[in-house]
Formats: sequence, C-alpha cells, structure tokens
Amino acid sequence: MRPEQIRQVIVNILARIAPDEDLSQIRDDVPFREQMELDSMDFLDIVMELRKLYRIQIPEEDYFNLNTMDGTVNYLEPLLKNAGTPA
Amino acid sequence: MPYDALIIGAGLSGLSAGIRLAYYEKSVCILERHTTIGGLNSFYRLRNRNYDVGLHAVTNYAVRGTKHGPLPKLLRQLRMDWDDFRLLPQCGSAIDFPGCRLHFSNDFAEFRQQIIEAFPVQADGFHRFVQAVNDYDDMSLVPPPRSARMVLAEYLSDPMLIDMILCPLMFYGSATPHDMDFHQFVIMFKSIYYEGFGRPWEGVRHILKRLTKKYKSLGGELRLRGGVHKILLDGDRAVGVELDDGTQLEASTILSSAGSAETMRLCGEDRERNDAHPPGDISFMETLSPIEKQPAELGFPYTILFYSRTPEFHYNTPDEPLDLRSGIICSPNNFQYEKPLDEGMIRITALANPSFWINLSDDDYPHVKQEWTDKLLTAAQPLLPDYRSYVLDTDSFTPRTIRRFTGHLNGCVYGASQKSLAGDTPVRRLFLCGTDQGYLGIIGSMLSGITMANLHVLKGS
Repeated sequence: MRPEQIRQVIVNILARIAPDEDLSQIRDDVPFREQMELDSMDFLDIVMELRKLYRIQIPEEDYFNLNTMDGTVNYLEPLLKNAGTPA
Repeated sequence: MPYDALIIGAGLSGLSAGIRLAYYEKSVCILERHTTIGGLNSFYRLRNRNYDVGLHAVTNYAVRGTKHGPLPKLLRQLRMDWDDFRLLPQCGSAIDFPGCRLHFSNDFAEFRQQIIEAFPVQADGFHRFVQAVNDYDDMSLVPPPRSARMVLAEYLSDPMLIDMILCPLMFYGSATPHDMDFHQFVIMFKSIYYEGFGRPWEGVRHILKRLTKKYKSLGGELRLRGGVHKILLDGDRAVGVELDDGTQLEASTILSSAGSAETMRLCGEDRERNDAHPPGDISFMETLSPIEKQPAELGFPYTILFYSRTPEFHYNTPDEPLDLRSGIICSPNNFQYEKPLDEGMIRITALANPSFWINLSDDDYPHVKQEWTDKLLTAAQPLLPDYRSYVLDTDSFTPRTIRRFTGHLNGCVYGASQKSLAGDTPVRRLFLCGTDQGYLGIIGSMLSGITMANLHVLKGS
C-alpha cells in the first residue's frame, strides 16, 4: 500500500473507534491525543484493528510510533508494503 | 480445540467482555447457569407484567455525542451506538433526611446550589471538597486505601450533610458498611452527581438484549443452563471448566463474574479458604408495585428518592430482617421519555439481613416475606402520596432471591468489600470481572468486563 492508502486505513479505524469525532480536520503532524479524546484503551484498539485487518503484530515497545498520523504511516509503510488496498 | 476464553456469567460484565473478545476473533463462550441472561441486573415476567430486577437507573448518564466520560468510552469499546442504549435522562431525584430535602438532577449545579442554600456554613468546604474530587485520579488500578468519611470530614463539619452526600452513593454501590473507600466514592460521586441517571424506556432488558445480539453477531457462543460445577486446574493454572452436566471445556483464559469467594470455591475448598476475599453481606429487599396511575400524577415526581428517617444514616447489615429506618423509592416512570410507560410503578428498597432470609424454612418464607413487605410499605408511606388504592399487584425479592439467581453466597449485591481492581486471582489464567473486580454501577460493570478482557486476553496476545 502507498502512504496515502495507509492513511485512509487509519482514518477508517479511527472512525470505528471514535465515531463521534470529526476526522476531516486531523493534522498529521500533531499527536492524536491533542486532537481527539483517545486513551490507552483506544490505542490498544488501533493495534488490535491493524492485527485483525492485516495480521501484523505491533510490540508494545513500538506503540510510541503511533502517536501521530505521520508517525503511524511511516511505521506501517514497510509492514504493509505488500498488503492489498482497503476495500 | 480449547477456547481462547471462557466467561463465567452472562451478566453485564460477562457479556461486555465477550463482545470485546469476539470482536477481535477470539473463540469465546459465556457460561450461564440460569435460563436467562442478566445476573444481578435482570428482568422477569410475572402475571403478565414485565419487571426489572437490579437496575433502578443507569448512572453515568451522558447526552448523545458526548466524547468524554465512562458512557462514551463504553460505547466506543463495544462498537455500539447511542441508539443501542437509548438512555433518557431522569426527571429529578432527592435525598430526604429529617427536616431537609436536597434535590439533584443530571446538572451538578443544581445539587451544589441546594447544598449551599441548606447548609450555608458548609459552602466553602463543599467547594474545596469538589475540587479534591476533581483532582483525584480515579483511573488508577492501584489506588492507596483511604476512608471516604475521613476525607469528607477534612472539608465538611456537618455530620448530617456528610451522611446525605454518602447515602445515595452507598445505596448504589458500597460493599462495605458505614464507610466507603475514597477511590470508590469518587467514582460513585461523579457517576451519580456529575453525570446522573438515565434509563431506556424498556428498562434493562433493552440493554441486555442489545449486548447479547452484538455478542452473537460477532460469533460469540452463549450457553444458558451451562452452570460451572468446577474450574479445572493444572497445578496453579486454570485450564478449563466442568459444567453441571459433566461436560468439560478447555480454555487458555477464564474470566469469572461469579465473585471472588464463589470463584475460588469452584477451584476447590482449600482455595476458597486460603485465597478468597470473603463475600460481602450488604443486601436488600425490594417491593415492586405496578399502579394504575403515573406516580407524578399522584404527586410523586422523583426518579429516585433516597431517605433516612434518622439524622444519622446507618448503612450496614441490620440485626432485624430489614432496616426500616432508611430506603430508596424509585419510580421508573419519572424519566424524560417520549411516551409514558404503560403503567405506573413504585419500587421500594431497604437494607436486609441476608442470613435471616436465607435461613428461613421454605414453609415460613412466603408469609414472612409478605409480613415484611407490608412493614416496608408502611415505613415508606410518609414519603409518598397515598397510592395504595391504585396498586395492581405487588412482588418482592429478598437476599434469598438474589442468591438463587446470582450464586452470590450471601445474596450480596455489591460483592466482596475487598476488590481486585486488576482482576488477579492466585490461580494463573483465571481472572475476576464484575462486582468483585470493583467498577460500580451498570456502566461500571460493563467497563469491568471490557477492561479485564483487554488487560488479560487482548493485550500482548
């Protein structure tokens, strides 16, 4: 997948986790936590959703990479290189 | 193939844990001894009428679209929608003590104003106390033990005001007599006075049915009449269960909402003796009276009225079969529904002595229950308009009923006084959820199941 497709995957996951948030205004370089009501339970869900969708394992020590959209896309790019595009 | 997880009990916590696990494709089966779901918060039909047991109101109310707080968090975690719970806000509640009635609603400012007007000398202390509640970290899983009464006494000097603040919080969640742990107090204080009460028009059955439907749609299995006879151990590790009918099921993890002592008993008598937190014995009797008129028409506008006929509130197991000095009067009619309930309903609840009710003979139980139902109705009558000529039917439940339907040893409603917030037991791969884990109220019990499923099954799986 290309970075913009990975970004869309993350937006879709956030929409499922936090349906009451407006995701159209998300800034990619600002931590999610500063823009939305996300707690540690929600971050576990981002990891679990990625595992469910693409069978990728993200170890707990790597969670810090998922703080911003830019960080998440960069971290996932090599892991999702060969993954199919989202429906 | 062993299950990824078995869950003991199809109450609010077990169903919620099941939804989390099934959503993430874990193989999971919920085991329920009874023929219906719900446990402590359930529903039944008697002589062609629907009744709720447990739930008077859902605490932690939030308006649709709220982003912060326990209810939005719960909906997110369950991937459920505001429409799934359809909570409508209360009309207004009150705390009645001799010579003083404090009103409160889902707007904390009203309660604050009532306290300032009724206890002007305490106003400043109350403001500072509220600040202390706001500053407290109630998400900690390892809070230091502290007495709520001691904290209250640092800010407030009027003993009746302290008891009035405590009364609804204790009635709606304290497993310990006389006092509460401050951690539990803060959770209850916010859930009742900040967030407030709500209820679906159909009552708790609506929430339970939505949870069950969600769970099954995700592939979760539910076995009714699937009582667990014992938990199977390999050394100090739980590996499965044996059901009442002899069936054996294997699992990597077991989550139990049966209670600490009850769960350890399932592991063997030695385990119960050595490892369990003793079961609590705070329990209640409740009478439920459907009436011909809407209670508000008769002059009872309250959603919940908490009362004590003595200035000092006695929250403990009474020596008598019932403590007639205090109680809760609830009308499920008094919520802001779009259309009124078909019939009026008055529920009156008081502290009961579990061993008295459990030890009665089968022959004596019905008439003793009737005798105390009458005493309870008489004791609460001064707080109510006279509705007796409109009563269509009356049913009551006691600690004996609660024990029968929940398996809690003393028919206790709020579980053991010592909680296991992290859910750990001395047996590996066996964890607690529900009342003995310790998140309180309807929303709390569901968050308990979710948190334990996240912590012990999903995280690091």
